[in-house]
Amino acid sequence: MNMTAVSISKIVKRYGKKKAVTTALHGISFEVQQGEIFGLIGPDGAGKTSLFRVLTTLLLAEEGTATVDGFDVVKDYKEIRKRVGYMPGRFSLYQDLTVKENLEFFATIFNTSIEENYDLIKDIYSQIEPFKDRRAGKLSGGMKQKLALSCALIHRPSVLFLDEPTTGVDAVSRKEFWDMLKRLKEQGITILVSTPYMDEAGMCDRVALIQAGRILSIDTPQGIVRQFGKKLLAVKAGQMLPLLQAVKEHVAVADAYPFGEYHHVVMKGDGRQELADYLTKKGFEFELKDAEPDIEDCFMGLMKEE
Amino acid sequence: MKQFLSFVKKEFHHIFRDVRTMFILLAMPVAQIIIFGFALTNEVKNSKIAVWDQSVDAATASLVSELEASRYFELEQAIHTPGEIETIFKKGEVKLVVIFPPHFNEDLQHFNKAQVQLIADASDPNVANTLTNYASAIILDYQNRITQNRKMPYTITTEMRMLYNPELKGAYNFVPGVMAMVLLLVCTMMTAITIVREKEMGTMEVMLVSPMKPFRIVLAKAVPYLLLSSVNIASILLLSKYVLDVPINGSLLLLIGESFLFTLVSLALGLLISSGAESQQTAMFISLVGMFLPTVMLSGFMFPVENMPLPLRTVSNIVPAKWYYIIVKSVMIKGTGLHTVWKETLVLAGMLVFFLGLAMRNFKIRLA
Repeated sequence: MNMTAVSISKIVKRYGKKKAVTTALHGISFEVQQGEIFGLIGPDGAGKTSLFRVLTTLLLAEEGTATVDGFDVVKDYKEIRKRVGYMPGRFSLYQDLTVKENLEFFATIFNTSIEENYDLIKDIYSQIEPFKDRRAGKLSGGMKQKLALSCALIHRPSVLFLDEPTTGVDAVSRKEFWDMLKRLKEQGITILVSTPYMDEAGMCDRVALIQAGRILSIDTPQGIVRQFGKKLLAVKAGQMLPLLQAVKEHVAVADAYPFGEYHHVVMKGDGRQELADYLTKKGFEFELKDAEPDIEDCFMGLMKEE
Repeated sequence: MKQFLSFVKKEFHHIFRDVRTMFILLAMPVAQIIIFGFALTNEVKNSKIAVWDQSVDAATASLVSELEASRYFELEQAIHTPGEIETIFKKGEVKLVVIFPPHFNEDLQHFNKAQVQLIADASDPNVANTLTNYASAIILDYQNRITQNRKMPYTITTEMRMLYNPELKGAYNFVPGVMAMVLLLVCTMMTAITIVREKEMGTMEVMLVSPMKPFRIVLAKAVPYLLLSSVNIASILLLSKYVLDVPINGSLLLLIGESFLFTLVSLALGLLISSGAESQQTAMFISLVGMFLPTVMLSGFMFPVENMPLPLRTVSNIVPAKWYYIIVKSVMIKGTGLHTVWKETLVLAGMLVFFLGLAMRNFKIRLA
């Protein structure tokens, strides 16, 4: 059975007063089912942190309603604070306390003990346990993140909010981190995670693409890719910048943008041959091939439609 | 409760692991009280005096009016028994008592010699010194004037007594002042900074998303500073008594109790500042400019409040340290009891309720 863990309806969040108002969230609505890994994907400044803070009762939205675990974020903020785990984007533990002291402290303020929920954090905590007497400020980035996750989990929260947990973490640690989240999901914990990295979308059950305070699309990662519906090419040449200029000028091209070592080219129809002829005429020595769209391509496309 | 204790323990970890904090908390008070040994001169205006005139004749009348005519003195009352001297000093308004013995004018006319006694409240040695000097100068002036037309000179000898602080030790003055300063610094500034640090570091964000009652978070942060303040009170009192030879004349229990009250007021101020400040610099700035300067300038510890222009004198009333300074001087140096300082105690208690209430009202249960 599917139960709603988080429900958001028409949330509007504004900052500033009178003259200098910036709107961070323009009426966002979506639902997260229990036991889901839900990804909120978008660039910096898209409104991910604002939304997380509204849901964790840290900020009041100007308009709209939201519930977490069935509790209203405004009225029942005390209940929500008892049952959610929250890991802010910035490392927010006590740097001058040791690993063990941090964990014990968080266990106590959530009225529990390390022993009580050790099975839940064992996987993660065992990796940093050898350093349990080291001060948190002296840990490496990946270890800090594991400690922060342990602290956010120590009271067995029903919903876990992770705000950009993989930002500034190396590729290996990122991979490990997502594996850990999958195991937590198996324990029945609903996970809301935000990330600016499009390639992490595939790790989520469902994702919401967010840009400038608006949701562009909500679907499974595969569903979003399926929505793309246009022909995508990848092109590479010795001089990448003039190549991009030239490609953009061609009539059959809807959009082109750098993508790794290639440029991705979104076609209006099927104009591959015309484009190849055109580039040859321009004197480029190029490599042109079909490409599979991924989340980033979808994101770029949706952004352009907006 | 377990949560609360765990929070307090965490706070002690923060303090003990930061050398700078430890230094400010424990070494600075000691340094301050030792460094503050220099005396400050201050001019005195309109000081209230009392006269015990046992002679009541032409000479004493004109001397009293001369004293009163000067801009330094203001005749507050006449007294009639020796017991009253102690009483009015302990009330604290009168700083100098002028005593004329019986037959003052007769002695002066017949023997060309008379005596006058000046008794000063020397719990503030600078003021006492200045007052007796002014008074003797006026008396000398009078003596010279009446001598002018005569062959035989008149001599009026002034005998001076410094009550409470016969040796005019500066320490008597600055110990109460330093106590006020140290407690304010430790409790207000350090508490405000440590709370704002949690906001800056982002840990407040995580703390708020926990079952802990928000206001309890900040109260827990204040507890260690309250405990460390008692260490400071003890070390200052010990240093005063055994290094600077300042006696504790009144009840030690009362003195500690009043210090505790003042500490609580300072903590409430710290909480109030932290609820408004967003960065450690702001918190420090508000504490220094808003709390520390008024304490030094307006509490009466460096500059006598009596001499200030009316607006400043009015402002000085809202400086908690002023009331604490009066209390410590009365209890520690003059040895009076609660019956003389209950008004000041009540003012401090009122301030505690007010500031704590305001801090609780201003405390944000969310980020903005």
